[in-house]
Amino acid sequence: MNVEYILIRYGEMTTKGKNRGRFTSILRENVRNRLKSFEKIKITATRDRMYIKLNGEDHEKVAASLKQVFGIHTFSYARKVETELEAIKKGALQAIEELGDTVKTFKVNAQRSYKQFPLNTPQLNRELGGHILQNTEHLTVDVHNPDVAVRVEVRDDATYVTCGEENGAGGYPVGVGGKVMLLLSGGIDSPVAAYMLLKRGVSIEAIHFESPPFTSDRAKQKVTDLASTLTRYCKRVTLHVIPFTEVQKAIHKEMPASYTMTIMRRIMLQIAEKVSVERKALALATGESLGQVASQTLDSMHTINEVTNYPVLRPLLAMDKLEIMDIAKKIDTYDISIRPYEDCCTIFTPANPTTKPKRDKVARFESRFDFTDLINEAVSSKETLIFENEMVRKQFNSVEEQVDIDALL
Amino acid sequence: MIYFDNSATTKPYKEVLETYMTVSEQFFGNPSSIHKLGGKSERLLSKARIQIADLLLVQPSEIIFTSGGTEGNNLAIKGTAMMHRSRGKHLITTEMEHPSIYEAYKQLEELGFEVTYLSPDEDGFISVEKVAGALREDTILVSIIHVNNETGAIQPISEIGQFLKKYPKIFFHVDAVQGIGKVPLHIKKSAIDLLTVSGHKFHSVKGTGFLYVREGVTLSSMMTGGSQEREIRSGTENLAGIVAMARALRITLEKQKSMSDHLLTLRIELLHHLEKIEGAVINSPSSNFAPHILNISFVGLKPEVIVHALSEENIYISTKSACSSKNYEISRVLQSMGKSEQVAGSAIRISLSYENTIEEVKLFIEVMNEVIKNLYKVTR
Repeated sequence: MNVEYILIRYGEMTTKGKNRGRFTSILRENVRNRLKSFEKIKITATRDRMYIKLNGEDHEKVAASLKQVFGIHTFSYARKVETELEAIKKGALQAIEELGDTVKTFKVNAQRSYKQFPLNTPQLNRELGGHILQNTEHLTVDVHNPDVAVRVEVRDDATYVTCGEENGAGGYPVGVGGKVMLLLSGGIDSPVAAYMLLKRGVSIEAIHFESPPFTSDRAKQKVTDLASTLTRYCKRVTLHVIPFTEVQKAIHKEMPASYTMTIMRRIMLQIAEKVSVERKALALATGESLGQVASQTLDSMHTINEVTNYPVLRPLLAMDKLEIMDIAKKIDTYDISIRPYEDCCTIFTPANPTTKPKRDKVARFESRFDFTDLINEAVSSKETLIFENEMVRKQFNSVEEQVDIDALL
Repeated sequence: MIYFDNSATTKPYKEVLETYMTVSEQFFGNPSSIHKLGGKSERLLSKARIQIADLLLVQPSEIIFTSGGTEGNNLAIKGTAMMHRSRGKHLITTEMEHPSIYEAYKQLEELGFEVTYLSPDEDGFISVEKVAGALREDTILVSIIHVNNETGAIQPISEIGQFLKKYPKIFFHVDAVQGIGKVPLHIKKSAIDLLTVSGHKFHSVKGTGFLYVREGVTLSSMMTGGSQEREIRSGTENLAGIVAMARALRITLEKQKSMSDHLLTLRIELLHHLEKIEGAVINSPSSNFAPHILNISFVGLKPEVIVHALSEENIYISTKSACSSKNYEISRVLQSMGKSEQVAGSAIRISLSYENTIEEVKLFIEVMNEVIKNLYKVTR
């Protein structure tokens, strides 16, 4: 198809009265950012639409990127014609002919924001439908359930003709909803949680706990790859890597085996909260789903959650593992997550962690050892990496590779 | 030097060789090693895979690195036949495939498979109807070349793929070795299950290539061992070659976008002048041809004599496909199109790349006129 334009229709936010201006400007910014690598395109935004002029860029590649931008309801491949009846007729006919013989029924759906156009909407629908019927053999009209709707938007400067539409990612534009601190383990769940939160329009910072030499460089690499993959859906992911070895050693040495997991989780939340305060995130988030493993039973959540009064968002709470895996595959994080490197949660795992930890017991155990210094030390020696457009943009406290990998490709 | 034998192999791009050197020197760790050096190599490998997948609009997990076209074709054909032999033992291909396909099928015949070899029409094309007519209950695989390596005829891959989609039990394998970077082909839209690519045909180094294996397609492994490449192709990855190929593919596809008219211009100029030479018969089709291949016979002249005469002038072309052109036999491809023995036995192939210029073409035409005239004089 000879596509010159992509026409984007905004999503759910069209219902949000006053915030709309802010929402659309953030969405525009996100679209611009996501399509930055397509140098030739030109983007124009109006109150309720965006038009991307392709200028020769591959429309499918652009579309694949667009499908990763939240806040887009649907989009269509469009051709721009003059606001003049003959040109519109010709454009509509061409658009439907290019779809081939698989399309059997159609309807015309004209809209006129340019009210001075000589034909009104029903007249225009009839005129265009008639023109298509006269010039094709395989098509009939079906106004209720057509294979394809030919949409015609008559505006004063130009008319856009589109045929069929593609679904966008839906949701809200990332950035309209504040910031969340997500615990990113490297497993299958947490990246999916990130994806679902991003869809609700919040931006994400991630926190990861590493315990070298018990965890390897590649376990960390998994997490950085995940963070960088997530930047397909948002402008930026900031990742904080917390050195956790000393804390874990202390837990292992000082706390009863059946409670080490519970206490480790409690400390993780405390650290995450401290980083949230520093980074002005308003909530913590995890990839927990209820009852999946010992740390995710209701009893565990009750006891672990006690340490923070920040909201802990759990977007996967009621989902099945298989549903979560499906999303992970869809967003390309699955293959990264299943790489077989241990993270800090699986080392020092006791044989029988309790599934019903009690708050009073934990309080008694924790009173025997003061973790405060170790926690503060871990927070202050964190390493922070910033990912943008699937690459590390900035890195603090760590040595980067001497060779620029991208220059080799 | 005028190098017009780009379908035999191409000269690696300078940037590609730089990449090869740097990677060999600085990423020598084995991607499977668990230490840092190995991790570094693995990261680069995965980046190269992603780049290739993105360029071809497929998934990274669908790219299996191989040593080139011959391995890719053998793996696709034998791997499918072995894996799915319990489902059926009938295979379909054409009479004008590259030897690495043709001979693989011959070998499978010895193992008890039945193979239907479709013959092309006189212009060198296989039609959807022909494929349809050969299907049987027990057919498991169809292999068709995208751009024929001798004539440059572009087969209707997309139509055949769409047609075969109705038979989900039949796998569709396409040899895209000559087509890639020269003739557009949408892998997903053409419903292709397996697609062979060789690196050295688009200015990468020798010994590089990959097989596209659609998600969900299972293959028997031909190389077992350390489980690399999703266990389909074991063996320590040729990292320097793979990264070099990823770069070569990117550069080539960029050129395809901006320079496909250039190739066509060269070919038109060649055709226009060469067909006027006495005794010339054009074997390439007059429509649906690749812009970089021109096959032409000078009836009565031995093709190898023309090749030798031109190489005296530092001009390089070939007789039929390079892989077998040392055996002076008559072209199987041209014979399958119904060309006479005389025509099929006197064919030469001129194959271009984006690096060739119009000046080279003009000089070539001049020399060619001279050479052919002299040779005819001698032979008569």
